[in-house]
Amino acid sequence: MAPTILRVEGYGKQFQLHEQRKRIPSSHNVHFTVRAGELTALIGPTGAGKSSVLKGVYRTYLPSAGRILYRDARGHELDLALASEHQILELRRREIGFVTQFLHCLPRQATLDVVAQPLFTLGVARPEARRRAAELLSAMHLPERLWSISPAMFSGGERQRVNLARGFIAKPRLLLLDEPTASLDPITAECVIDLITGLKAEGAALLAIFHHPETIRRLADQVIELALPPVVEECLEDAA
Amino acid sequence: MNVTAHTTAGNAYTFGFLDEYAKKEVRRAVLKAIAIPGYQVPYASREMPMGRGFGTGGLQLTLSLIGPDEVIKVIDQGSDDSVNAVNLRQFIEMMCPGVSTTTKTAECTLIQSRHRIPERPLTAAQIIVLQVPYPDPLVVVEPSEDKRKTMHGEADYSRLLVKLYEDLVTFDEITLSHRYPTRINGHYIIDPSPIPRWDVPKLNDSAALILLGAGREKKIYAVPPHTQATPLAFNDVPFRVEDFRDAAGRRRACARCGCMNSFLDEFVSDSGDKTYQCSDSDWCDEQLLQIERLRRKSA
Amino acid sequence: MNQVLQVRNLGKIYGPGCPHCFESTGPEAHTNLCPHCDSVIAIHDVSLDLHEGEILGIMGESGSGKSTVVKALYFDQAPSAGEAIFFDAEKQHALFNLNTAQQRWLRNFRFGMVYQHPHQGLNFNITAGGNIAERLLMSDLMDYNAIRARAKALLTRMEVLLSRIDDRPKNFSGGMQQRVQIAKALATRPPLLFLDEVTSGLDLSVQARILDLILEIQQELKTAMIVVTHDLGVIRLLTGRAIVMKYGRVIEAGLTDQILEDPQHAYTQQLVASAL
Repeated sequence: MAPTILRVEGYGKQFQLHEQRKRIPSSHNVHFTVRAGELTALIGPTGAGKSSVLKGVYRTYLPSAGRILYRDARGHELDLALASEHQILELRRREIGFVTQFLHCLPRQATLDVVAQPLFTLGVARPEARRRAAELLSAMHLPERLWSISPAMFSGGERQRVNLARGFIAKPRLLLLDEPTASLDPITAECVIDLITGLKAEGAALLAIFHHPETIRRLADQVIELALPPVVEECLEDAA
Repeated sequence: MNVTAHTTAGNAYTFGFLDEYAKKEVRRAVLKAIAIPGYQVPYASREMPMGRGFGTGGLQLTLSLIGPDEVIKVIDQGSDDSVNAVNLRQFIEMMCPGVSTTTKTAECTLIQSRHRIPERPLTAAQIIVLQVPYPDPLVVVEPSEDKRKTMHGEADYSRLLVKLYEDLVTFDEITLSHRYPTRINGHYIIDPSPIPRWDVPKLNDSAALILLGAGREKKIYAVPPHTQATPLAFNDVPFRVEDFRDAAGRRRACARCGCMNSFLDEFVSDSGDKTYQCSDSDWCDEQLLQIERLRRKSA
Repeated sequence: MNQVLQVRNLGKIYGPGCPHCFESTGPEAHTNLCPHCDSVIAIHDVSLDLHEGEILGIMGESGSGKSTVVKALYFDQAPSAGEAIFFDAEKQHALFNLNTAQQRWLRNFRFGMVYQHPHQGLNFNITAGGNIAERLLMSDLMDYNAIRARAKALLTRMEVLLSRIDDRPKNFSGGMQQRVQIAKALATRPPLLFLDEVTSGLDLSVQARILDLILEIQQELKTAMIVVTHDLGVIRLLTGRAIVMKYGRVIEAGLTDQILEDPQHAYTQQLVASAL
């Protein structure tokens, strides 16, 4: 059996909105494990906190409860909920990738460089990094004439391809995907599915949210169903 | 201290005009200036019977150093006969009975000078006092004296170099003709008074003690004998003295003595013609004498 | 990644100070002015770490003390409390124990500063090239042609037209002045750069290009940076980690995406909400 990379134990997240004196639950008591070479899909109704789990693992959200145990490339296990900011940044640079539905990039940066960026920060020589970016972009059928301009002016589907390519290029050990195929046409979606299959075959662990049950059926090795958190919202007795 | 010994009969003034306490203070400042080459030592500049800016700083140095057996030379822009030099010389003669004066660089023991160092190399037995209007080279880049002191202390002179850079950018050459910033003994940069660039190399490794006094600004500083004096410059744009070349690139000669290795003054006649003559009048006379001697010998 | 800077318990008080200063000021008291002695507690108990090649943001409104932090670290203003260690290759410098000559050396050779107002960082009476030359001359580069070449390279990198190298920056546009200022700060290739509200007051398009350039520089040279700004857009674009300040205190610190998407403190929530 493939080695476990991530163990989520009792993850919970709630937001304290001080202004409105409210506490809003987002995830509650989530348990699952993620193994290398496998895709773990998160499903559940809207509001069950699927994105919240991904963001908790990436530490965009500070978990309110539970442990997120990650085994890094050197075999050390650490709790992402408690790891230092610099440890998290280092893991983001080398091991953990996140493809969200949004693409943040510099207004002037050429698409090729946007995609090659993770390799730049890892110290890969620029020509080599760009060559690999070009390879990925052509695999995703992004027309070459777009490579030298900024993705800021692309259509949603084009931008999503750039976003995915950037997430894939450094071949992270753990890749978090939040509806990566949502705005893609069927042909491009097929390419992405191929790429994900490829990543899995190379031993990457994936934790993903997909819109289409069909995609889940084809890609997922394990499906985790999240339930709605028990209480919808709760008034704070005493706002801190 | 025997004050009366120097007071001559029938003269209400002390020998050297300044009272002995004032001289003592100036001498102390001189010792400190020699001990810290290039450092501007503050002192209590006295009122002199002439306007500040007419060489009172140099004069106070001279009067504090002078003894009855001194042979003194006073020059202004190289000339012994210009008004400022004549006035100062007369004042010294009046206040220092017994002191002899000369115009000959070779014969004097003490020189007070405005804006020139004589062409004839000075000896270890001589002291030259330069009159300084603005002692601090940093005044052009930093208005606060407090900050300037820190800059001197830390040898932080980059802004002076920026001035040189800006000169090169604007004029393709360093245009500073006088008061060329010069680093003394590897640390303090001085304003060597308005001597021309021509005289700056004479500060380096000089056999004679060089003292600089600013009366209005109340500062004394020194280039002690055999001390390194390096004009500020870039490695690839070295310091250069005036070359006195004509349009054809030939070195101009003194119209009077024919000398080709002295600093020349330019004279414009009424007809608009330019002639060039040694700025150092004693040097010029000496060259003429030598020519005369050679002529007689050959005759 | 190697640590570049460690700051602990940094404080700055303007005024005599009294035993009640700290309890009477700060975010809870809604003031940084001590009611007992009229001292201004500009910053109190600020700690932060910075690693090689990292950009840390300091965000907050005006009066929060964010600029005071970098001014203390760049020796523009001596702090009243705290310590800071700068890790430079094998050496460690306890910044506030150094004498002024040592501090000046660090400012010239190892730190760079870009101020909000170009006239603070540039001498408007000398040329753009001369401004860069000044920093190079401080570091004892004494070859005119080498200085010239380096100034040209830096201005080109910062996208300033070379034909303007011998013009005075007072005749430049605000964006161009800022680019000259950055070129000057980078002249000695410092491993640590402070940026204080560098894009405030510039047009949005000019802002974006300068931010681009800063990021490109950071990636090329691996310069560690501290970016002070009230602009959440700048924080999001430039920084990996950020601290939030209010009335002289750090009220929140974390990864930038976490601070923007999951702010913990009531004030940060307000700040983020009002920016959206």
